[in-house]
Amino acid sequence: MDPETLFLARAQFAFTVAVHIIFPSFTIGLAAFIATLLVRWRLTGREHLYRLARFWTKIFAVSFAMGVVSGIVLSYQIGTNWSQFSVVVGNVLGPLLGYEVLTAFFLEATFLGIMLFGWNRVSPNLHVASAILVAIGTSMSAFWILAANSWMHTPAGHEMINGIAHPVDWWAIIFNPSFPYRFAHMFTACYLTTSIVILAVGARYMIAGRFEEEAKTMLRMGIGMVAILAPLQLVIGDQHGLNTLEYQPAKVAAMEAHWDGSKPADLILFALPDEEAEKNHYELSIPYGASLILTHHWDGLFKGLKDFSREDRPPVWPVFFAFRIMVGIGMVLIGLGLLGAALWATGRLFASRWYLWPAQHVWPLGFIAILAGWWVTETGRQPWIAHGILRTADAASPVAYGAVLTTLILFVLVYTSVFSMGAFYINRLIETGPSKRILEAETDKAMPSRPLSGGTAAAREATDKHVNTTREGADD
Amino acid sequence: MTDMSYFLPLIWAGLLGLAVVLYVVLDGFDLGLGILFPITPAEQDRDVMMNTVAPFWDGNETWLVFGGGGLFVTFPLAYAIIMPAFYLPIIIMLLALVFRGVAFEFRWVSKPNHRFWDIAFAWGSIIATFMQGIILGGFILGISVKDNAFAGGSFDWLAPFPIFTGLALVVGYALLACTWLLIKTEGELAKRSRERAKILLVVVLIAMAVVSFWTPLVSERIAERWLTWPNILYLSPVPLLSTIVAVQCWRSLNSKQELAPFLYATALFLLGFLGLAISTMPYMVPPTLTFWQAAAPPSSQGFMLVGTLILLPAVLAYTVFTYWTFRGKVRPGEGYH
Ligand code: HDD
Ligand code: HEM
Ligand code: HEM
Repeated sequence: MDPETLFLARAQFAFTVAVHIIFPSFTIGLAAFIATLLVRWRLTGREHLYRLARFWTKIFAVSFAMGVVSGIVLSYQIGTNWSQFSVVVGNVLGPLLGYEVLTAFFLEATFLGIMLFGWNRVSPNLHVASAILVAIGTSMSAFWILAANSWMHTPAGHEMINGIAHPVDWWAIIFNPSFPYRFAHMFTACYLTTSIVILAVGARYMIAGRFEEEAKTMLRMGIGMVAILAPLQLVIGDQHGLNTLEYQPAKVAAMEAHWDGSKPADLILFALPDEEAEKNHYELSIPYGASLILTHHWDGLFKGLKDFSREDRPPVWPVFFAFRIMVGIGMVLIGLGLLGAALWATGRLFASRWYLWPAQHVWPLGFIAILAGWWVTETGRQPWIAHGILRTADAASPVAYGAVLTTLILFVLVYTSVFSMGAFYINRLIETGPSKRILEAETDKAMPSRPLSGGTAAAREATDKHVNTTREGADD
Repeated sequence: MTDMSYFLPLIWAGLLGLAVVLYVVLDGFDLGLGILFPITPAEQDRDVMMNTVAPFWDGNETWLVFGGGGLFVTFPLAYAIIMPAFYLPIIIMLLALVFRGVAFEFRWVSKPNHRFWDIAFAWGSIIATFMQGIILGGFILGISVKDNAFAGGSFDWLAPFPIFTGLALVVGYALLACTWLLIKTEGELAKRSRERAKILLVVVLIAMAVVSFWTPLVSERIAERWLTWPNILYLSPVPLLSTIVAVQCWRSLNSKQELAPFLYATALFLLGFLGLAISTMPYMVPPTLTFWQAAAPPSSQGFMLVGTLILLPAVLAYTVFTYWTFRGKVRPGEGYH
């Protein structure tokens, strides 16, 4: 295949997968959040938890639909855009994706129906169970897809016969060397992302003086999660990096813009890497910092980009900058979480406008960090599609330039219009809030053949009354 | 050839066939509802129609992922040839599914300004179905292969026969949808669906007849299979059964039955599929690669089979469970939304 068509195929795949990941990042965490709310509601009977669960379920439904349709596109694109990839590694990766369909997609898609529409149809316990099953389904989906993706970075458990990978040891394939790190890092990233959104929405209501009881619960749950997960993410990310150094040293060299492997590496805060001259311009760095982080010795050595021939190096710019964006956001989140937790512990959280006001705008940070992180990982794997097995250039389908160009344009047009409408609707739902209007829109249309469940009736009653919001601290 | 490498591909071809059948039947009526949208202008009717499938559509569509994914898992070589061969129809189908999939949620949250999503749902369904029909027709025509890779052009599928099968599938899904509405709705909407189902049944039968006569003309391979002795004898039950089922379907439509028309219409689809399966066996990529040539090694197919045999019954069980949970008629103004 000619380089231009290859470039378009890559651009198309990068675009569609990047749009897709935005939705799982949110729905994986949100499913768990909703399940938690429902469980707490069943245990305590506090109606505002029920209202919150219903409210977030609406948003969940809209995001999930976008996740599903963009995911279906991807599962076919592996064949349409990367048919040689399917031939060479299909024997190994196929079953992992197959198990994802069987253990995750069916589970989440089926119980989603009950979770979204079963409020008055099934018993509250069964409904809560459905929400939990959906949350489990989304997590299993992440498990399998990340096993597949990790195998592309650190292949193991296979043998090559006539240039085609054949499975030998499934355990080794699934639990390949980078999988535990990638799964932990991505899973934490999803929960973190959702927590930030919840925190931001809580702050938004708090500032506006609306839905105070709900806002407080959201703020507490959001901040609690961020305060724990953001520092944890730093630790996991660090371990992930060490693992990458072992298996994909060229990627780490690009992340650190480290050219000369014969010298200890500085921790570069900023620089403009120059791939032609094989050095950095305008470098601002902490001496020996990178060596210390990656080798745990101030003068430890690790491979630099010059240790790899040019055709085996990943592009440095995107890997280098995306990595800094991700880590930078990680640091901001640690600050956000710890500061929030300190305010909460000292009882000043809900009155600290200086904290809440910026906090209502942090919702995109998780998404940006996730996209940046994937950008590091995937671009850093180049020029390989499956590390050491198949180069991206050899993986493409025999499809004509015009066909790929046309569909790329179509994808960009359709995705930007459809998904920005989705974002607009989600924002409108948040604007409306967990209000009477949203709940009534549903409960009034209960199925006639069944009586209203206790919870719904109670929720309606609760929304009718003005909610007493002065019991600060009673919750959690 | 060891036993495993002989039987596994056969079993998998059968399982994939099952997935395709389940997809066509389940997502068929679901897409069909969108096809009926343009001739069902009343907002209330559209609300009810959408509500009859709102809890199921995602699960239904997952069979498409299972079919496509299953092909990737068990016949990667076939996957690598078929997907590029139908590059444009597949991607157009996927984009159409994007519009109709999000319409399920967007239509409700955008009310009262939901006109655009009505159109998106209708045209998304129609185009996705049409493309599926085109892929089917192109598959019957055969795929040009050289050195185990697709060797044709971007528009190989753009021929009269696939276009006809595309249109035929649109009518077919509309028929399934009408019979589905007989089960799930009542009153005016159900009455209208019954009338429509009759007309659509006639059109579907004509289309099936045309496809049956046209197929041997476009494919020598299939002509040979169908029209030689004694094959013609073995195959004769298929058209015979189809005729019986069609007559039964017509009668059930006339006799106020609610479930039977859906079952007969489904049976008609199954027979059509059976005819296709008999005609293309044992090719995974007609007319070059057989099941065995395209199969993944037994280690992959076996690993997947173990899980499938355990998990597929569970999937079917909870699918039935949700259909049962949301059984009964959907009435105007009282959907699940
Ligand atoms: C970390 C998690 C994750 C990652 C890396 C991916 N996905 Fe995804 N995907 C999900 C997590 C997920 C999810 C949470 O299971 C879904 C369900 C709804 C949603 O918003 O995301 C989803 C939906 C979803 C669906 C629709 C399932 C249905 O019908 O219910 C398909 C076919 C795919 N994905 C396929 C892919 C492919 C081929 C990917 C890689 C290239 C991919 N996903 C990356
Ligand atoms: C979901 C989060 C993911 C994101 C945001 C992401 C992002 C990207 C990006 C930006 C590229 C383009 C790299 C380049 O060409 O320079 C890419 C390539 C690719 N990724 Fe991922 N990726 C993700 C997950 C996955 C997973 C889970 C798989 C497979 C199991 C996968 C398979 C591929 C393939 C096949 C390519 C194309 C070949 C290539 O360019 O290397 N990706 N991805
Ligand atoms: C706080 C410091 C962080 C460090 C040290 C860190 C470290 C890393 C490293 C080294 C990689 C590359 C893995 C590879 O070799 O392929 C990576 C990838 C990634 N990071 Fe981070 N990360 C941090 C924060 C975050 C945050 C806050 C998020 C999102 C909320 C995030 C999301 C991701 C994602 C989605 C990937 C790609 C998937 C993967 O390979 O795990 N990271 N991170």
